[in-house]
Amino acid sequence: MVRLVNYTALIVVASSLAWLLAAVTLDPRANYAGRTPAPPAAVVDAALSEVNLNDRDPLLDRYLTWASGLVRGDFGRTWDGLSVGADLAERAGVTLRLVTAGLVAGALIGLTVGTLAAVHHRRWFDRLSGGVVFLLLAVPAVVLANVLILGAIWVNDTTGTRFLMVSGETTTGGLLDRLGHLVLPALTLALPLAAVVSRYQRNTMLDVLNADHVRTARAKGLPRRTVIVKHALRTALIPTSAYLTFTFGALLVGSTVTETVFGRHGLGQRLIAAIRTGDVNTVAAITTVAAVALLLSAVAADVLQRVLNPGRAR
Amino acid sequence: MSATLPDIATPVETPPPARPRMFSATGVAGLALLSFLAALAVLGPILVPWTAADRDFEAFLSPPSADHPFGTTPSGGDILVLTLLGLRRSLLIGLVVAVAATTVAALVGAFAGYFLGWVDRTLMWVTDLLLVIPAFLVVAVVSSGQDDWIALVVLLAAFMWMVTAKAVRGAAIAARDREYVKAARFMGVPSHRVVLRHVVPNLASLLVADATVNVSAAILAETSLAYFGFGVVPPDVSLGSLIADGAPTALYAPWTFWWAAGLLIALIVAVNLVGDDLRDRFDPSLRAYA
Repeated sequence: MVRLVNYTALIVVASSLAWLLAAVTLDPRANYAGRTPAPPAAVVDAALSEVNLNDRDPLLDRYLTWASGLVRGDFGRTWDGLSVGADLAERAGVTLRLVTAGLVAGALIGLTVGTLAAVHHRRWFDRLSGGVVFLLLAVPAVVLANVLILGAIWVNDTTGTRFLMVSGETTTGGLLDRLGHLVLPALTLALPLAAVVSRYQRNTMLDVLNADHVRTARAKGLPRRTVIVKHALRTALIPTSAYLTFTFGALLVGSTVTETVFGRHGLGQRLIAAIRTGDVNTVAAITTVAAVALLLSAVAADVLQRVLNPGRAR
Repeated sequence: MSATLPDIATPVETPPPARPRMFSATGVAGLALLSFLAALAVLGPILVPWTAADRDFEAFLSPPSADHPFGTTPSGGDILVLTLLGLRRSLLIGLVVAVAATTVAALVGAFAGYFLGWVDRTLMWVTDLLLVIPAFLVVAVVSSGQDDWIALVVLLAAFMWMVTAKAVRGAAIAARDREYVKAARFMGVPSHRVVLRHVVPNLASLLVADATVNVSAAILAETSLAYFGFGVVPPDVSLGSLIADGAPTALYAPWTFWWAAGLLIALIVAVNLVGDDLRDRFDPSLRAYA
């Protein structure tokens, strides 16, 4: 309960700070600067005041307008008068699809590789995967995305197909077409995630494999495979799944680079566009969403860890 | 008193434990690679006949040749000198941000852990707050109007100390009850001086290892920002901005992309190798399954 109050306070302060920072730094007026003929200053002022973006209005008044709107669930408007809430709701879907795909793929790859590396501790697979992980951790998302694009173009050229697409969410709307658009951005998110998860899983798994209950299971004559899957893997999944839950929240705005490179119109990409057009309200709204997502996933990870903990089973 | 103690013979002949080697093989490799890259970054731009502002109007987007060993950009800039300057800037950003962030982390964490109570609660609340605010957003918003790389460094550092601060706090809580800290306290040394002179220096190993990790984190963060045109702005270049410029032409002019991307990856690998080695040395519990 105390924690809930604390988290609410964190969200309120974080989003207020983001709004203030954006309101002081960004310049929505610049959107009108390049127009010919130049609109009269009074018209620009009126248009900006209409959407609560006029930097000549008192800061406190603007903040109160924004905050009272937020309390009612209204995120305000963009500089050209669109509702921020409706815009973000649509974009949240785009981001959610991408992040879910990336997270599932990353988790599956990471868990498999990590578990196999632990089972084959200090054998060739362990060493090879360790090396690959080390390299992956050194590749920034921008480079990884572009390398994947180059690879995809090569694959398309050599196989003569056009399955892997590098931009947007869909062209024809078919399921297969969507999949073709999803593979590369999802991999961009999944590979670095899998690298971290596999190390994490490997170390937990090694801890568990050396634990007493696993040795007991082996000693009473259970087959190695049964022991590894039923006794060791199930226990080792607990900390890793908590980590993955937490990552989900962090990825919601952490996929900015991926969304921009692959032209997917999600939250991260909107953030960049909003900074460019001086959309204070959008910037603040995305911060709020990100803060809520991060704290929710932290709580979820905590709950998950408690529920799954075998020590609490009885 | 002494009569109740069992009489244990002290083994006189026990050889002193072998002093651990300074660096493991991978650590040495990382250090060598890092030194090489640092030397390139410092000396390289001086040795190349071109400068960042030069444009070769006879070679637009030309592949590597004798004149331009790394090729040229679409506007005729020499990629070798640009890449070396970018390496210099990225390395500098990484080092300065890491040192600054680790310093803040050491102070915040040590004061919170040593004093506990309301000092701890306040400092940790601020730490949580900064963790919740998407750092990327703030850095992008604020640096979109700046053309000063020092401002970028300050901003990156401001959002990179929190995790280290939490680790330092834990270590400082443990250090509170150590004899040397108690001794200092009972001798009447003022609290702030206990923290600065006794707690922080004894966490040096943790701090050095974390600072190294922060170097690569800072370089990667700068790369992402540069991709969106935030942070380092022309005519200044960093590896991140070079990658961003080169990516669109990577397909038909691979030299515009791969030199910068490759050097960046090599740089991060080198820093991580050194960082992992330092961390293993200072925290043997992590080494258990290496």
